[in-house]
Amino acid sequence: MSLAKAIETGDLAELPSRRDEDWHWTDLRGLIRELPAPSAALEAAPAPGPFDHLADQRVVIANGRRTTQVFMGGTAGVLALRFIGAGAGAHAATPRIDVGAGHMTILETYEGQGAYLSEIDFSIDVGEGGVLQRIVLCDEPEDAVSVSRCEVRLAPGARFTQTVVASGARRQRIETRVDHRGGGASARLDGIYLLAGRRHADITTVVTHAAPGGSTEQLTKGVAQDQARGVFQGRIVVAEGADQTDARMGHHALILSERAEVDAKPELEIFADDVACAHGNTVGALDEEALFYAGQRGIPEAEARAMLTEAFVGEVVDRIDHEGAREVVRAWVAERLGASA
Amino acid sequence: MLSINNLSASIDGKPMLSGLSLELPAGEVHAIMGPNGAGKSTLSYVLTGRDGYEVTGGSATLDGADLLALTPSERAARGVFLSFQYPIEIPGVPAMTFLRTALNAQHKARGEPEVAAPAFLKLIRERAAALKIDPEMLRRALNVGFSGGEKKRMEILQMAVLAPRLAILDETDSGLDIDALRIVAEGVNAMRAPDRAMLVITHYQRLLDHIRPDRVHVLAAGRIVASGGPELAHELEREGYDKYAVEPA
Repeated sequence: MSLAKAIETGDLAELPSRRDEDWHWTDLRGLIRELPAPSAALEAAPAPGPFDHLADQRVVIANGRRTTQVFMGGTAGVLALRFIGAGAGAHAATPRIDVGAGHMTILETYEGQGAYLSEIDFSIDVGEGGVLQRIVLCDEPEDAVSVSRCEVRLAPGARFTQTVVASGARRQRIETRVDHRGGGASARLDGIYLLAGRRHADITTVVTHAAPGGSTEQLTKGVAQDQARGVFQGRIVVAEGADQTDARMGHHALILSERAEVDAKPELEIFADDVACAHGNTVGALDEEALFYAGQRGIPEAEARAMLTEAFVGEVVDRIDHEGAREVVRAWVAERLGASA
Repeated sequence: MLSINNLSASIDGKPMLSGLSLELPAGEVHAIMGPNGAGKSTLSYVLTGRDGYEVTGGSATLDGADLLALTPSERAARGVFLSFQYPIEIPGVPAMTFLRTALNAQHKARGEPEVAAPAFLKLIRERAAALKIDPEMLRRALNVGFSGGEKKRMEILQMAVLAPRLAILDETDSGLDIDALRIVAEGVNAMRAPDRAMLVITHYQRLLDHIRPDRVHVLAAGRIVASGGPELAHELEREGYDKYAVEPA
């Protein structure tokens, strides 16, 4: 059951709904009354993407419905991978990457125009000793419904870091499933969402530790204003025998208006002994004392709000290892917060 | 310069200031002393425009302009500075960035050109050195993890960089050991100028050994009940505030 399956079969009953626990807050069946025609192929070459200048290799998947794309990794490199939607049709794609023992950076974007429906089912293997850094910038139109699901399988000693940056859409779901199959692998899953208007973003992660000695660290920070809605679901499962697992998850959100909403569900399911696991979750408003303090120093309220909000999410931006991508994300965040101030 | 006339204010309907009047001319330093709960901090917050303090009567003007009609940042741009009794932590914003943002916001509000980065760096380094502030501290998030004394020195650094017309120092001596107190007092004294006025709010006389006031006022139950020269501070130190313990108005 998925958006992709519904698009493929034309059957609305395949859409995930509020009755599915993992989709409770992002109910597609209640939202989509009719499935549109398949998206048309795009002829025109797109304008350059935000990460193109940083990449060795550029791949665009535009309205790529039901096309299976295979990229073989195994070497060092920086890939700019763009998923572009256009028009009001429906499409899906299933890209796959095998990083092998290589060192790879994927700078991934979701972009477009129109009220499209899109699901990308991404599959990534990181081999023994392989290193993958994935930055995902989701900057989509407010009418789009977009689902990105990524399965990442980590071999022994693999290292994986990810930062998802999302501004929402009519519905935008970025789901990452990380499977620590081999022991001693490490994963860091970070997220930022900045939501305004009536936008909705859902950051969902499921991390399974199936082997001993793995570590997972997560930090997601979000900001919701106007009538926007942010969803964070983080589940960490430590299977029996996955001893010496170290797993930490934090989610912190700011709600900047009365009608904005943030729903969070952090879950730890631990079936092993001798593990270190913790999670923290806070949802609140900007600190009024800090706003007054900044105002007393001469910083007008709108500017102070933007400054404090930018500082709040800046902690996550600072954790991005790839310097070029970090600065693209920093500028993107500043522009978005400045524009809404 | 600062003219407060019959000012009354309340918090949640509870009167805190009851007809307070005070004239603070340019070039002078006045001390406000008083027992706990007399309204000392209320006065500093009413003058700077903090939310939750309702002005119920009277006026406060700076160089003839009605302060009470302005937002906190507008007051700051006109030269009002408050050194907080408990400085606020600003996570994620380096002290240097915060102060440059504040200075340029004030310049913008006054229609003055922005201060360029090199000139600002020079200014803040000079001022920080005078206050024995490690330059490394300026790169850290403002006040986060700072000791009480570091926070107070950072307040005085901000005052030195922003160069206000009217400086209000709220219990600046609290939490300072004697060495830190001397550094802070020297910083304040260096700021004395013919076109600047200072209001030093304190419970104890010891700060006034280092910052010599021109006038001392006793604040009790929300208004000024006595005024005099610096000797009044010594009298209060000897005799306490008992004789001013009047019923709240």
